[in-house]
Amino acid sequence: MLLLAVSITASLSMGSAGLSFADVWGILLHQLPWMPDADTIWSRGEVAIVMQVRLSRVLLAVLVGACLALAGTGFQGVLRNPLADPYTLGVASGSSVGAAFLILFGFQLAIGVWTIPIVAFLTGIATLLGVIALSRSNGVMQIQTLILSGVILQSFLGAFVSLMVSMSEGVVNQILFWIMGSLAMRGWEHVTMLLPFLLIGLVILIAYSGTMNLFVLGERQAAHLGVRVERTKLIVLVASTLLTAAAVSVSGVIGFVGLVVPHMIRLIVGPDYRYITPLSAIAGGIFLLWADTLARTALSPKELPLGVVTALVGAPFFAYLLHRRMKDQRGEE
Amino acid sequence: MELSLCNISYSVPGKRILQNINESFKPGRFYGIIGPNGVGKSTLLKLLSGIEKPEQGEARLDGRDISAIPRKELARDVAVLQQGGLAPVGFTVKEIVRMGRFPYQSWLGGESVDPEPLINEALESMGLTGLQHRRLHQLSGGERQRVALAKLMVQQPRILLLDEPTTYLDIGYQLQLLDNVRAWQKSEGLLVIAVLHDLNLAAMYADELIALHEGKVLARGVPDAVLQPDLIETMYETRATIIRHPELDVPQVMLAPGVIKSNGLLSRSLEAHVRRL
Repeated sequence: MLLLAVSITASLSMGSAGLSFADVWGILLHQLPWMPDADTIWSRGEVAIVMQVRLSRVLLAVLVGACLALAGTGFQGVLRNPLADPYTLGVASGSSVGAAFLILFGFQLAIGVWTIPIVAFLTGIATLLGVIALSRSNGVMQIQTLILSGVILQSFLGAFVSLMVSMSEGVVNQILFWIMGSLAMRGWEHVTMLLPFLLIGLVILIAYSGTMNLFVLGERQAAHLGVRVERTKLIVLVASTLLTAAAVSVSGVIGFVGLVVPHMIRLIVGPDYRYITPLSAIAGGIFLLWADTLARTALSPKELPLGVVTALVGAPFFAYLLHRRMKDQRGEE
Repeated sequence: MELSLCNISYSVPGKRILQNINESFKPGRFYGIIGPNGVGKSTLLKLLSGIEKPEQGEARLDGRDISAIPRKELARDVAVLQQGGLAPVGFTVKEIVRMGRFPYQSWLGGESVDPEPLINEALESMGLTGLQHRRLHQLSGGERQRVALAKLMVQQPRILLLDEPTTYLDIGYQLQLLDNVRAWQKSEGLLVIAVLHDLNLAAMYADELIALHEGKVLARGVPDAVLQPDLIETMYETRATIIRHPELDVPQVMLAPGVIKSNGLLSRSLEAHVRRL
């Protein structure tokens, strides 16, 4: 939590307008109702940069990161597959199809600024329902079939996206840019849209984290211990999908966070989901915040796609953690 | 607490596994279920533990349909030791054993009475106190099976179902495991139903044996009554000699290497085919 607070202020102070740590804290503190108006000490422009431009973006990065990492935790927990991530069940591809379709035919603003997020969200959820329908027999969701159905739908829908990308000439960059993920040009309304999803998802996944521990022993063992396996799977998968779809709909597809953050936390605190779940949310927020800070400052004023940064930064760090754990295990023996 | 199977039938697509089974199981007794592979022994346990629903008939716990009992409630009465035991996961021994308390926990994970003494007692009786902080993937198969049993103990069931619990264990661990089960059974008056591959182990530990063959109960009774050469030949298509255990008053099965007739395998499968028609 402390690290998160420090990261937020540090990131707030980074950028082309060069404000110091103290300036940022000062401006933030002066927003409290009983404090004097910030405008008296700092210029109106500086206050606007912190409050309007940076703070909303920083918070959005934290929320998106937390959503993705939580979703990854949920998927890995019930699917018991280390490679499961928020996109395993095709949610991202579903959302991308919706968004690419809108961009290709120029409907981005058909019903206002919310067109892309809403459609991406709905097509993402529809994809999950499709995957569940495909993998369900006799009311039982087999994990292998579930993952396979997800992979199949993902590549099928991915092909659609590629098709649309190749069909559009003038707007290629726009679709690709959306797919690669970005937090640029977002505002407070995106933050307020995402927050309820994060809170609901967090509460559900924390409530089920003790049960997810039992899933580690296998579905049958869990059932013998009194877990309603199918119900738990469905609730956790749906909650994780909502988190994913909400995040994807405001930020596009940002890979790696949902896959790697839960693993990092697991390597640090062990296999207990009662710790992994809340810590993943926090770590996901921190991780994506730094990635986004890097994305907007590294080649300033040009922005890097956020998905590229997360993969470039995350993969080597993950490799390092894995290497360290293997060394530890050899040491124990 | 009494378990019973009332007129149970079960089949998978294209094959009838169990047919019109009517059996009841009394508290305080150790039942051994024997029979060749694929005869429906494990299915029987799945029906008794409510994991599968019978196609016809009912599995009952004190007269109640098992498939209608909420899972958590059922888990307070019936515990299951699975074949192959626990996977080598990253939890510690004590964490795994504590999971056995899940059926007693509220949704917040709390319990009205502190389960720690119970958990420590179970660790102690399985000789795991010294290993309690070790992670499961650092233990041998035999040690993991003891952890599994300790987990069942804190579950405080009245009925224990064992699905080939000795598979993958060497003979020392096999006896140790069954000794532990029997000691626990005697002290608590548990009803134990165990699917056992090894007929000699079954004869030593079970009060009663139930022999399954082609989806039906071929014989049921004390080991002496069930372990008969002709019965074993019917079930396993193998000749056997029955002798007395030199120290215990139980029958033991002696096998001899058979001779494969040149057309033996063929005729057997033909025979099975004709029966199916």
